[in-house]
Amino acid sequence: MPASPLPQRFTDWFASRGWQPRAHQIALLDNARAGRSTLLVAPTGAGKTLAGFLPSLVALSEARRKPTEHRLHTLYVSPLKALAVDIARNLDAPIAEMGLSIRVETRTGDTPSHKRTRQIARPPDILLTTPEQLSLLLAHREAAELLGGLQHIVLDELHALVTSKRGDLLSLALARLRRLSPQATAIGLSATVREPDELRRYLVGQGMAAPSPLPSAGEGRGSAEPPMADLVVVEGGAKADLHMLDIARTLPLAGHTAWHSMPAIYDLIREHRTVLVFVNTRLQAEYTFQELWRLNDDVLPIAIHHGSLDAAQRRRVEAAMSAGQLRAIVCTATLDLGIDWGDVDLVINIGAPKGASRIMQRIGRANHRMDEPSKAYLVPGNRFEMLECRAALDAVEEAAQDTPDARIGALDVLAQHVLGMACAEAFDANELYDEIVSAAPYQYLTWEMFEAVVDYVATGGYALRAYERFAKILRGPDGLWRVRDARIAQQYRMNVGTIVEAARVKVRLTRHLRGKPGTVMPKSGRVLGEIEEEFGETLTVGDTFLFAGEVLRFEGMFEDDCLVTRAKNIEDPAIPSYAGSKFPLSTFLAARVRAIIADPFEWDRLPPQLSKYLLQQRKHSVLPGERDLLVETFPRGNRFYLTAFPFEGRLAHQTLGMLLTRRLERARLQPHGFAANDYGIAIWMGRDVSERIAIDPGFAQALFDEDMLGDDLEAWLDESAMMKRTFRQCAVIAGLIERRYPGQKKTGRQVTISTDLIYDVLRKHQPDHLLLQAARQDAATGLLDVARLGMMLRRIKGRITHKALDRVSPLSVSVMLEIGRERVYGEGADEILAEAEAELLEEALA
Amino acid sequence: MSDSSHRFDEDALLSLGLRLEKTARAAGLMLAGETLTLDRTGALWLEAHRTLVVSDLHLEKGSSFAERSGQFLPPYDTRETLSCLHEVIQRLDPACVVALGDSFHDARGPERLEPGDRAMVAALQAGRDWIWIAGNHDATVREGIGGSYCEHIAIGGLTLRHEPSAEAGEGEIAGHLHPCGKVTMRGRSVRRRCFVTDERRLVMPAFGAFTGGLNVRAAAFDPLFPQGFTAHLLGDGRVFAIGRAMLGKD
Repeated sequence: MPASPLPQRFTDWFASRGWQPRAHQIALLDNARAGRSTLLVAPTGAGKTLAGFLPSLVALSEARRKPTEHRLHTLYVSPLKALAVDIARNLDAPIAEMGLSIRVETRTGDTPSHKRTRQIARPPDILLTTPEQLSLLLAHREAAELLGGLQHIVLDELHALVTSKRGDLLSLALARLRRLSPQATAIGLSATVREPDELRRYLVGQGMAAPSPLPSAGEGRGSAEPPMADLVVVEGGAKADLHMLDIARTLPLAGHTAWHSMPAIYDLIREHRTVLVFVNTRLQAEYTFQELWRLNDDVLPIAIHHGSLDAAQRRRVEAAMSAGQLRAIVCTATLDLGIDWGDVDLVINIGAPKGASRIMQRIGRANHRMDEPSKAYLVPGNRFEMLECRAALDAVEEAAQDTPDARIGALDVLAQHVLGMACAEAFDANELYDEIVSAAPYQYLTWEMFEAVVDYVATGGYALRAYERFAKILRGPDGLWRVRDARIAQQYRMNVGTIVEAARVKVRLTRHLRGKPGTVMPKSGRVLGEIEEEFGETLTVGDTFLFAGEVLRFEGMFEDDCLVTRAKNIEDPAIPSYAGSKFPLSTFLAARVRAIIADPFEWDRLPPQLSKYLLQQRKHSVLPGERDLLVETFPRGNRFYLTAFPFEGRLAHQTLGMLLTRRLERARLQPHGFAANDYGIAIWMGRDVSERIAIDPGFAQALFDEDMLGDDLEAWLDESAMMKRTFRQCAVIAGLIERRYPGQKKTGRQVTISTDLIYDVLRKHQPDHLLLQAARQDAATGLLDVARLGMMLRRIKGRITHKALDRVSPLSVSVMLEIGRERVYGEGADEILAEAEAELLEEALA
Repeated sequence: MSDSSHRFDEDALLSLGLRLEKTARAAGLMLAGETLTLDRTGALWLEAHRTLVVSDLHLEKGSSFAERSGQFLPPYDTRETLSCLHEVIQRLDPACVVALGDSFHDARGPERLEPGDRAMVAALQAGRDWIWIAGNHDATVREGIGGSYCEHIAIGGLTLRHEPSAEAGEGEIAGHLHPCGKVTMRGRSVRRRCFVTDERRLVMPAFGAFTGGLNVRAAAFDPLFPQGFTAHLLGDGRVFAIGRAMLGKD
């Protein structure tokens, strides 16, 4: 190694820890000194965070500053509040131990307002924040002054940020930072990704319109190559010690709770020091927590952590975890990222992995040191999930990752940003346009579309020019756009951000009034957390449900509170069906699952119960080829069924189900409904579909013809409840309707206007309105996954394998079990499913 | 939440509620000796008097929001409401239209009407009587929009006013509350505007495009219907009569 580029203080500090500066840490330092932006791709435990901050720490230690001089030197942006707080803690050690005079502060939604004000007047050297808070800072009148001297921008967990609207928002903030502080360099920190170039482009200014203030990677300047940040890759890390949990019993064909594996999971917790138990939904978290405590004869400290819980309770769990007081945490995606708990020696993932990258991220939470293998178990909830687990194990073995698709910047996010920029200072439309198209997600934004966005922000973007008098931003005689008044700026600040939560109500633990049985005290008692209002609305007094690890009895709604008491002697509580994140199966993993099914030579690597099941399917029906679509039709009871197995994820299947139902209706086959899961769909109808295909062999192919994405899709989309939900999110982000915060006084339904009404009226009178365009753009990739459906329809063209059967096939049983699933909640659901399954299977194998 | 069923399920669900509810009646009913027809648009048709009643139009609600709170809702609500009204009027050709109050969202509503919408109102009024009953939102609107104005009106045995009165005699028809009913079955729920009646009085649904609803199980309805009620929910294809016991709270 050449002479260390590190100052003596740093070399000594590394030595005192028994460390050597790593090559990538030095590379980042060199790049930063040369004024070049860099993407660091490294597995967890590689000292990524320290590498990201090293250039700042070194520069600040060398800087000669007057004690009165306050300039923000480094901005750090993380997707999670908790991560920012955690990083602040981790920076304390090197700063204190090297005796550096560097002030580090966090600025999150929890930061009190007096501290925020002080941070503007006397900024710290390093400020740790989130994308939303960064946007707020940039909309501040003092933004140019505050951020003008910025040297470094560190973006943590970049791979997780760029795939969402938050990533769009952050890209626009970066574009503004490039203008306010052209000297600053960006450092992106990312877990292993397959296609790092997209992230490299994200970090630096794009397009010819904008003069590129950041030197690009050297190669390709002036040529057709887009500007990219330098790339530093840290290879390797020890191979994960990863297994599928084998409980030596036959798993059910549906259901995700993994009830069968709870004793084995408990045993694993007993055998390890500290275990993270990851699940995919909050419902599953509550269920798992409850089951583990039921088994917890040793009274091990097992905790629960998910996004619905009260913030204070989450902080307590995090603190207990850091202090090494817990043996296990049952958690959702809230703990997927970054927080460094070195003591975790096992990760358990319950349910299907859904994506290779996600599972690697989660595995990485164990043994946060690169040179030791992370130990993890995947726990399939049903036999199909075993397939998915197998595919994920293979992917991890090859270190193959899902590739996130490049995003096209969302228009609702852009509208929010434009208003924010008007709040900061008067803007010239041409200059702002140039700035915006320098952000990678927005590089193809046309001037016309940009104008439409500005018009939307100003007066709502309506063809009927009704609101000119009330314009939110106005163009002055100097040609510059300014925000109308302080009230509009305040509205912007209340509305910033891209995460639209379902309306929530507080769950408040109350008690019965003495002497008045059946009545409870409102407005008193502890808040346990929040549930979606929609779920609260389905409860009736006396219902019991699991929440925050307790069985609660619903006592009624009082204003914004859902009042509950502790239920007594309840064996079978209903479980909250509040929506946790339900991830779709990644395209990449889906392809691997199809490949495994198609290749019998692969089957000996599968658990025997699974290969036996596939053999049964081959005997009773057929198995589809890797690129084929299997369609089965059969009668059952007095109905006729059609099942299909595209393996494209639940969202795409739901869309497919809707479209097929329309077609079957037109073909007069009397469809009654459908059910979908991640692997396939089942549609039931009143007429014999097998007979129809026998008469007209082209019918099956025509049914799945790609042209369903044309008029049928348009017609259905406009009516669909999902589209309305998508529209609602766009309307909130773009500021058409105001965000509702928990705790904010509910004004009553007759006063607020439902977005469904707005949607219906807008669609009828101005179908090309900006927000409808934004909603359709979201639908293509988001909730409805139309893009993926389109890919599938092209893939299966001419490759449909139809099988007419006289009864349900083993493969179809899995999706048939989804019928009615979402309507049945409560702990009994799996038992009901098990019963239904036994009956169906008996039929299938008869 | 699943979207895995058809839109026609909503009507199917309502039908089921109807079947299960023994006290259910068809969309026609008697009140104070008069025959009322409940239209699926939320309008009320008094055929014997060739009179059409619509309640809570809340015209210019969108522009009211823009003026007062800087929220730019689509400015097409007036147009939408008027075109629904146009459809009913075409179909039934009433000799008289009664707007049962809160016809405008605020008192300056008539001033803000777009010229096209103003012309539409005039066209609807042509050749028939038009009566604006005062509501709480538009109590001070007294001129400039055609028709005649009054606090309440009697038609046959019926009394029509905006707000339901505490001590109503038989035959009161009112609006104001924007009633909505919610039916939940098999984990799915449908929430629709509705007429509410106990065969002594009737509360009408709001007709306006941007009007929300108040659940009929809310406390506000209790004193009006001490003996219970039937809600007539506006389905996509028809009106469904559903008893109180089948209706859920919000």
